[in-house]
Amino acid sequence: MEKLKRLFNLFLTFFKIGLFTFGGGYAMIAVIEREIIEKKGWISHEEFLDVIAIAESTPGPLAVNSATYIGYKIAGIFGSLFATLGVVLPSFLIIFTISFFFDKFIHITWVSYAFKGIQACVVFLILNAGIKMQSKIKKTAFNLTLFILTLIALITLELLAVNFSSIFFILIGGLIGLIVYLIGYFKNKNTSDKNDNGGKR
Amino acid sequence: MLELLEIFLTFLKIGAVSFGGGYAMIPLVTDEVIAHGWMSYDQLMNFIAVAESTPGPIAINMATFIGATRGGVIISGFLGNILGALLATFGVVLPSFIIILVIATIIKGLLQFAGVKAFLNGLRPVVVGLITATGILLFITVILGVNTIYGEIKFDWLALIIFTVITVLYYTYKRITKKTLSPILLIIISAILGILLYGVI
Repeated sequence: MEKLKRLFNLFLTFFKIGLFTFGGGYAMIAVIEREIIEKKGWISHEEFLDVIAIAESTPGPLAVNSATYIGYKIAGIFGSLFATLGVVLPSFLIIFTISFFFDKFIHITWVSYAFKGIQACVVFLILNAGIKMQSKIKKTAFNLTLFILTLIALITLELLAVNFSSIFFILIGGLIGLIVYLIGYFKNKNTSDKNDNGGKR
Repeated sequence: MLELLEIFLTFLKIGAVSFGGGYAMIPLVTDEVIAHGWMSYDQLMNFIAVAESTPGPIAINMATFIGATRGGVIISGFLGNILGALLATFGVVLPSFIIILVIATIIKGLLQFAGVKAFLNGLRPVVVGLITATGILLFITVILGVNTIYGEIKFDWLALIIFTVITVLYYTYKRITKKTLSPILLIIISAILGILLYGVI
């Protein structure tokens, strides 16, 4: 019974997220932050960043990938099934309905006005999500450098209309993390080796 | 029957290779749909405009719409529409569902390796940078109306008003109550503002 309740809860939460995800993947981050991290505490901020990275480096929409991952974490395979179903269902129902009177739909002007308003809000939501996450990660020189470099690189490339997938950014970031770790590891090893030798003499 | 299977397989393929979020997959879907002769280019472009503004990942929206339209041609009537939509949507979600499920099951084991942890440490600030940069870029494109440095400027001051209202609302509420407004509520407010402002002016 407890498990069933949890599955239903997952489904409902992700249904809500699916219903209010406008304008591509990053827009849903604000809604997920609110519903999953702040209200439910299902995952931590750090883990959510990992989920976004995984979602960006694997095929498929961010919303679906997050739902599958978080669903699994909360309630196993059935959890991921219910969460994914929940996040997909709203758009499925809406688009399926629209498909019957599509030609009329694109001429409803107030709908397009509403969407224009939502678009301006999405700008705020994504900016705010970025700022919020920035305040949550540790303020080390390493983190700040990578953050600022990514910021400058992506904005410059986009404005120059150069196509550079975000997967590469993520992979490069990961590799830099690995290299910095290895350098630190071998440095430590060297110094401890020297200390060992010093001890023997 | 075979034609319905073709819808499923085509979207399975799209779902398996659509890295890097929704917009990256648009050319892929366009190619497939035009090659199969499922829809005209104009019809598809009109729909993409709608898919961008309705909730939900664009991949799901496109699969549902194209599946419903094509299914209605194969088997006329509601049954054809729903079968086509279901098969296409199921196809586009399945690859990422399976991939994320596999990752979710092994990630705990992976996290025991210091190298994996170092890799994640490196990509986290990059992800935050990507999100913040996307927010800034959206501000530049949606509100300032600049797509690339090569294009012309189409400043949207109504979008700026909505953006400002939402920002002020969010931070004032936060300051007074120490709580944050739900993104869902902000989206609804901005939709109403959009109808009022764009409709009146």
